Amino acid sequence: MEIKVMANILDKNDQLAAEVNAQLSRRGIFALNLLGSPGSGKTSLLERTIAALKDELRMAVIEGDLFTDKDADRIARQGVPVVQINTGGGCHLDANMVKGVLDRLDLENLDLLIIENVGNLVCPAEFNIGEDMKATVLSVTEGEDKPLKYPLVFKQAGAVVVNKIDLLPYTSFDLAAATEDITSINPQITLIPASCRTGEGLEGWFDWLRGRVAAKKAAAGRQGN
Amino acid sequence: MHEMAIAQGILDIALAAAAENDAATVARIKLQVGEMTEVEPEALTFCFAALAAGTAAAAAELEVEVLPLVGRCRDCGREFRVERFRFLCPGCGSAGVEIVSGRELRVEHLEVE
Repeated sequence: MEIKVMANILDKNDQLAAEVNAQLSRRGIFALNLLGSPGSGKTSLLERTIAALKDELRMAVIEGDLFTDKDADRIARQGVPVVQINTGGGCHLDANMVKGVLDRLDLENLDLLIIENVGNLVCPAEFNIGEDMKATVLSVTEGEDKPLKYPLVFKQAGAVVVNKIDLLPYTSFDLAAATEDITSINPQITLIPASCRTGEGLEGWFDWLRGRVAAKKAAAGRQGN
Repeated sequence: MHEMAIAQGILDIALAAAAENDAATVARIKLQVGEMTEVEPEALTFCFAALAAGTAAAAAELEVEVLPLVGRCRDCGREFRVERFRFLCPGCGSAGVEIVSGRELRVEHLEVE
Protein backbone atom coordinates (compact mmCIF):
# COMPACT_ATOMS: atom_id res chain seq x y z
CA MET A 1 0.00 0.00 0.00
CA GLU A 2 1.22 3.49 -0.82
CA ILE A 3 0.64 6.29 1.68
CA LYS A 4 0.95 9.87 0.51
CA VAL A 5 2.66 11.78 3.31
CA MET A 6 4.12 15.12 2.14
CA ALA A 7 5.52 15.91 5.59
CA ASN A 8 8.38 18.30 6.23
CA ILE A 9 11.13 16.43 8.01
CA LEU A 10 12.16 19.40 10.13
CA ASP A 11 8.60 20.34 11.13
CA LYS A 12 9.07 19.28 14.73
CA ASN A 13 12.20 21.41 15.07
CA ASP A 14 10.50 24.33 13.32
CA GLN A 15 7.54 24.17 15.71
CA LEU A 16 9.87 24.28 18.71
CA ALA A 17 11.79 27.15 17.09
CA ALA A 18 8.52 29.04 16.68
CA GLU A 19 7.77 28.51 20.39
CA VAL A 20 11.20 29.83 21.36
CA ASN A 21 10.76 32.81 19.08
CA ALA A 22 7.31 33.54 20.49
CA GLN A 23 8.68 33.55 24.04
CA LEU A 24 11.37 36.03 23.04
CA SER A 25 9.18 38.14 20.76
CA ARG A 26 6.56 38.70 23.47
CA ARG A 27 9.26 40.57 25.37
CA GLY A 28 10.69 42.35 22.35
CA ILE A 29 14.01 40.49 22.57
CA PHE A 30 16.02 40.31 19.35
CA ALA A 31 17.60 36.86 18.99
CA LEU A 32 20.66 36.38 16.81
CA ASN A 33 22.02 33.01 15.72
CA LEU A 34 25.76 33.46 15.15
CA LEU A 35 27.31 31.03 12.68
CA GLY A 36 30.77 30.39 11.28
CA SER A 37 33.67 27.96 11.04
CA PRO A 38 35.77 27.00 14.06
CA GLY A 39 38.35 29.73 14.42
CA SER A 40 36.54 32.29 12.27
CA GLY A 41 36.29 34.61 15.26
CA LYS A 42 32.71 34.19 16.52
CA THR A 43 33.71 34.38 20.18
CA SER A 44 36.11 37.27 19.57
CA LEU A 45 33.31 39.12 17.80
CA LEU A 46 31.06 38.45 20.78
CA GLU A 47 33.67 39.77 23.22
CA ARG A 48 34.02 42.95 21.18
CA THR A 49 30.24 43.27 20.84
CA ILE A 50 29.63 42.89 24.56
CA ALA A 51 32.35 45.41 25.42
CA ALA A 52 30.83 47.93 23.01
CA LEU A 53 27.12 47.43 23.69
CA LYS A 54 26.62 46.10 27.20
CA ASP A 55 26.09 49.57 28.66
CA GLU A 56 23.35 50.45 26.18
CA LEU A 57 21.67 47.05 25.60
CA ARG A 58 20.73 44.37 28.08
CA MET A 59 22.43 41.31 26.60
CA ALA A 60 22.76 37.61 27.28
CA VAL A 61 24.57 34.86 25.43
CA ILE A 62 23.90 31.18 24.84
CA GLU A 63 27.09 29.32 23.96
CA GLY A 64 26.87 26.18 21.86
CA ASP A 65 29.88 23.91 21.92
CA LEU A 66 30.52 20.20 21.47
CA PHE A 67 32.16 19.44 24.81
CA THR A 68 33.87 22.42 26.46
CA ASP A 69 32.84 25.59 28.26
CA LYS A 70 35.95 27.51 27.22
CA ASP A 71 33.95 30.05 25.21
CA ALA A 72 31.35 30.47 27.96
CA ASP A 73 34.20 31.30 30.37
CA ARG A 74 35.47 33.95 27.95
CA ILE A 75 31.99 35.49 27.69
CA ALA A 76 31.34 35.34 31.44
CA ARG A 77 34.51 37.41 31.96
CA GLN A 78 32.85 40.16 29.89
CA GLY A 79 30.18 40.50 32.54
CA VAL A 80 27.00 39.39 30.81
CA PRO A 81 24.83 36.34 31.64
CA VAL A 82 25.89 33.28 29.67
CA VAL A 83 24.40 29.80 29.44
CA GLN A 84 26.37 26.89 28.05
CA ILE A 85 24.87 24.16 25.89
CA ASN A 86 27.10 21.17 25.22
CA THR A 87 25.88 19.14 22.28
CA GLY A 88 28.05 16.16 23.26
CA GLY A 89 29.46 15.81 19.77
CA GLY A 90 26.46 17.14 17.88
CA CYS A 91 27.45 19.45 15.06
CA HIS A 92 24.71 22.06 15.50
CA LEU A 93 22.23 23.43 18.00
CA ASP A 94 18.58 22.56 17.55
CA ALA A 95 15.50 24.37 18.81
CA ASN A 96 14.88 21.87 21.59
CA MET A 97 18.30 22.55 23.12
CA VAL A 98 17.66 26.31 23.14
CA LYS A 99 14.15 25.86 24.52
CA GLY A 100 15.65 23.79 27.34
CA VAL A 101 17.85 26.62 28.64
CA LEU A 102 15.57 29.65 28.20
CA ASP A 103 14.39 29.49 31.81
CA ARG A 104 17.97 30.03 32.95
CA LEU A 105 17.87 33.55 31.50
CA ASP A 106 16.16 36.60 32.94
CA LEU A 107 14.00 37.22 29.89
CA GLU A 108 12.11 40.10 31.48
CA ASN A 109 15.30 42.15 31.50
CA LEU A 110 16.78 41.49 28.09
CA ASP A 111 17.02 43.32 24.76
CA LEU A 112 19.42 41.11 22.84
CA LEU A 113 20.10 37.38 22.99
CA ILE A 114 23.03 36.11 20.97
CA ILE A 115 23.29 32.37 20.45
CA GLU A 116 26.75 31.28 19.35
CA ASN A 117 26.22 28.13 17.35
CA VAL A 118 28.64 25.24 17.04
CA GLY A 119 31.54 26.12 14.73
CA ASN A 120 30.51 24.64 11.40
CA LEU A 121 29.45 26.07 8.04
CA VAL A 122 27.13 23.22 7.11
CA CYS A 123 24.77 21.79 9.71
CA PRO A 124 23.72 24.86 11.73
CA ALA A 125 22.35 26.47 8.56
CA GLU A 126 19.63 23.78 8.30
CA PHE A 127 18.18 24.19 11.79
CA ASN A 128 16.18 27.16 13.03
CA ILE A 129 16.61 27.60 16.75
CA GLY A 130 14.12 30.38 17.39
CA GLU A 131 16.27 33.25 16.16
CA ASP A 132 15.03 36.37 14.41
CA MET A 133 18.07 36.40 12.21
CA LYS A 134 21.28 34.55 11.51
CA ALA A 135 24.65 36.23 11.04
CA THR A 136 27.71 34.49 9.64
CA VAL A 137 31.37 35.15 10.41
CA LEU A 138 33.83 34.33 7.61
CA SER A 139 37.53 34.96 8.19
CA VAL A 140 39.89 35.79 5.37
CA THR A 141 42.21 32.94 6.36
CA GLU A 142 39.50 30.43 5.41
CA GLY A 143 39.69 31.36 1.72
CA GLU A 144 37.27 33.12 -0.56
CA ASP A 145 35.88 29.88 -2.01
CA LYS A 146 33.74 29.30 1.09
CA PRO A 147 30.59 31.19 0.04
CA LEU A 148 30.13 29.08 -3.09
CA LYS A 149 31.08 25.88 -1.23
CA TYR A 150 28.67 26.54 1.65
CA PRO A 151 26.04 28.84 0.12
CA LEU A 152 23.23 28.10 2.55
CA VAL A 153 24.96 29.64 5.56
CA PHE A 154 25.30 32.86 3.55
CA LYS A 155 21.83 32.67 2.00
CA GLN A 156 20.19 32.35 5.42
CA ALA A 157 22.11 35.19 7.06
CA GLY A 158 21.04 38.81 7.48
CA ALA A 159 24.64 39.93 7.84
CA VAL A 160 28.08 38.52 7.25
CA VAL A 161 31.17 39.78 9.03
CA VAL A 162 34.29 39.18 6.95
CA ASN A 163 36.73 38.99 9.83
CA LYS A 164 40.52 39.30 10.12
CA ILE A 165 40.87 41.86 7.34
CA ASP A 166 44.09 42.99 9.05
CA LEU A 167 45.55 39.76 7.61
CA LEU A 168 44.55 40.54 4.02
CA PRO A 169 48.12 41.53 2.99
CA TYR A 170 49.37 38.11 4.14
CA THR A 171 46.77 35.97 2.37
CA SER A 172 45.60 35.51 -1.19
CA PHE A 173 42.00 36.21 -0.12
CA ASP A 174 40.29 38.29 -2.81
CA LEU A 175 37.83 40.49 -0.93
CA ALA A 176 36.18 41.76 -4.12
CA ALA A 177 35.55 38.22 -5.38
CA ALA A 178 34.20 37.10 -1.99
CA THR A 179 31.95 40.15 -1.87
CA GLU A 180 30.59 39.37 -5.31
CA ASP A 181 29.89 35.73 -4.45
CA ILE A 182 28.26 36.54 -1.11
CA THR A 183 26.05 39.28 -2.53
CA SER A 184 24.98 37.19 -5.52
CA ILE A 185 23.98 34.36 -3.15
CA ASN A 186 22.18 36.87 -0.95
CA PRO A 187 21.64 40.31 -2.53
CA GLN A 188 19.93 41.62 0.64
CA ILE A 189 22.81 40.76 2.98
CA THR A 190 24.71 43.38 4.98
CA LEU A 191 28.39 42.73 4.40
CA ILE A 192 30.81 44.03 7.01
CA PRO A 193 34.58 43.68 6.48
CA ALA A 194 36.16 43.95 9.92
CA SER A 195 38.94 42.87 12.24
CA CYS A 196 38.19 41.75 15.76
CA ARG A 197 41.88 42.13 16.54
CA THR A 198 42.28 45.79 15.53
CA GLY A 199 38.64 46.82 15.84
CA GLU A 200 38.53 48.11 12.25
CA GLY A 201 35.08 47.98 10.69
CA LEU A 202 33.31 46.82 13.84
CA GLU A 203 31.29 50.03 14.18
CA GLY A 204 29.30 48.86 11.16
CA TRP A 205 28.50 45.62 12.92
CA PHE A 206 27.46 47.36 16.13
CA ASP A 207 25.21 49.71 14.16
CA TRP A 208 23.63 46.79 12.32
CA LEU A 209 22.88 45.08 15.65
CA ARG A 210 21.53 48.29 17.21
CA GLY A 211 19.22 48.66 14.21
CA ARG A 212 17.89 45.11 14.50
CA VAL A 213 17.28 45.43 18.25
CA ALA A 214 15.45 48.75 17.75
CA ALA A 215 13.32 47.27 14.95
CA LYS A 216 12.38 44.31 17.13
CA LYS A 217 11.46 46.58 20.03
CA ALA A 218 9.31 48.71 17.73
CA ALA A 219 7.55 45.62 16.32
CA ALA A 220 6.89 44.27 19.83
CA GLY A 221 5.53 47.68 20.89
CA ARG A 222 3.15 47.74 17.93
CA GLN A 223 1.89 44.25 18.79
CA GLY A 224 1.41 45.16 22.42
CA ASN A 225 -0.84 48.09 21.57
CA MET B 1 26.60 15.03 10.74
CA HIS B 2 23.18 16.66 10.85
CA GLU B 3 21.95 13.76 8.73
CA MET B 4 21.38 11.90 12.02
CA ALA B 5 18.79 14.46 13.14
CA ILE B 6 17.17 14.44 9.71
CA ALA B 7 17.11 10.63 9.64
CA GLN B 8 15.39 10.67 13.03
CA GLY B 9 12.77 13.03 11.62
CA ILE B 10 12.16 10.71 8.67
CA LEU B 11 11.87 7.68 10.94
CA ASP B 12 9.39 9.45 13.24
CA ILE B 13 7.22 10.46 10.29
CA ALA B 14 7.37 6.99 8.70
CA LEU B 15 6.55 5.10 11.90
CA ALA B 16 3.67 7.43 12.75
CA ALA B 17 2.17 7.12 9.25
CA ALA B 18 2.60 3.33 9.28
CA ALA B 19 0.88 3.04 12.67
CA GLU B 20 -2.00 5.25 11.54
CA ASN B 21 -2.55 2.96 8.58
CA ASP B 22 -2.17 -0.27 10.57
CA ALA B 23 0.84 -1.30 8.51
CA ALA B 24 3.30 -3.83 9.93
CA THR B 25 6.34 -2.81 7.94
CA VAL B 26 7.59 0.11 5.89
CA ALA B 27 9.15 -1.10 2.64
CA ARG B 28 10.11 2.17 0.94
CA ILE B 29 10.32 5.83 1.84
CA LYS B 30 10.36 8.36 -0.94
CA LEU B 31 12.06 11.63 0.00
CA GLN B 32 12.26 14.96 -1.75
CA VAL B 33 15.47 16.83 -1.00
CA GLY B 34 16.12 20.26 -2.45
CA GLU B 35 19.38 21.02 -4.21
CA MET B 36 20.04 23.85 -1.74
CA THR B 37 19.98 21.75 1.37
CA GLU B 38 23.20 20.39 2.71
CA VAL B 39 22.09 16.80 2.98
CA GLU B 40 24.33 14.04 1.75
CA PRO B 41 22.11 11.12 0.59
CA GLU B 42 24.69 8.44 1.41
CA ALA B 43 25.21 9.73 4.94
CA LEU B 44 21.44 9.99 5.33
CA THR B 45 20.94 6.36 4.27
CA PHE B 46 23.64 5.23 6.67
CA CYS B 47 22.15 7.16 9.61
CA PHE B 48 18.65 6.00 8.81
CA ALA B 49 19.68 2.33 8.79
CA ALA B 50 21.30 2.74 12.19
CA LEU B 51 18.27 4.43 13.73
CA ALA B 52 15.63 2.21 12.10
CA ALA B 53 17.17 -1.08 13.28
CA GLY B 54 14.60 -3.00 15.31
CA THR B 55 11.65 -0.88 14.15
CA ALA B 56 8.93 -1.48 11.55
CA ALA B 57 11.04 0.56 9.14
CA ALA B 58 14.21 -1.50 9.65
CA ALA B 59 14.18 -2.84 6.09
CA ALA B 60 12.88 0.34 4.48
CA GLU B 61 14.63 1.53 1.38
CA LEU B 62 15.17 5.27 1.05
CA GLU B 63 14.61 6.80 -2.35
CA VAL B 64 15.87 10.36 -2.68
CA GLU B 65 14.55 12.65 -5.39
CA VAL B 66 16.68 15.79 -5.67
CA LEU B 67 14.62 18.86 -6.57
CA PRO B 68 16.38 21.58 -8.57
CA LEU B 69 17.01 25.07 -7.24
CA VAL B 70 14.50 27.32 -8.97
CA GLY B 71 13.96 31.02 -8.33
CA ARG B 72 11.22 33.44 -9.29
CA CYS B 73 11.74 37.14 -9.90
CA ARG B 74 9.30 39.24 -7.87
CA ASP B 75 9.67 42.09 -10.35
CA CYS B 76 9.26 40.50 -13.77
CA GLY B 77 7.81 37.13 -12.77
CA ARG B 78 10.43 35.08 -14.58
CA GLU B 79 11.12 31.60 -13.22
CA PHE B 80 14.62 30.25 -13.71
CA ARG B 81 17.06 27.58 -12.63
CA VAL B 82 19.51 29.17 -10.19
CA GLU B 83 23.07 28.41 -11.33
CA ARG B 84 26.08 28.87 -9.03
CA PHE B 85 23.69 30.17 -6.35
CA ARG B 86 23.34 33.44 -8.24
CA PHE B 87 20.09 34.92 -6.95
CA LEU B 88 19.79 37.68 -9.52
CA CYS B 89 17.14 37.59 -12.23
CA PRO B 90 18.75 36.72 -15.59
CA GLY B 91 15.91 38.60 -17.29
CA CYS B 92 15.77 42.00 -15.60
CA GLY B 93 18.72 41.86 -13.19
CA SER B 94 16.52 42.31 -10.12
CA ALA B 95 17.81 41.12 -6.74
CA GLY B 96 14.24 40.38 -5.64
CA VAL B 97 14.37 36.64 -6.24
CA GLU B 98 12.43 34.16 -4.15
CA ILE B 99 13.09 30.44 -3.96
CA VAL B 100 10.38 28.34 -5.61
CA SER B 101 12.05 24.98 -5.06
CA GLY B 102 15.35 23.63 -3.87
CA ARG B 103 14.91 23.92 -0.08
CA GLU B 104 12.68 20.86 0.39
CA LEU B 105 13.32 18.25 3.06
CA ARG B 106 10.18 16.20 2.74
CA VAL B 107 8.81 12.68 3.09
CA GLU B 108 6.74 12.42 -0.09
CA HIS B 109 5.24 8.97 0.28
CA LEU B 110 5.67 5.58 1.92
CA GLU B 111 5.15 2.06 0.71
CA VAL B 112 3.94 -0.12 3.55
CA GLU B 113 2.83 -3.73 3.95
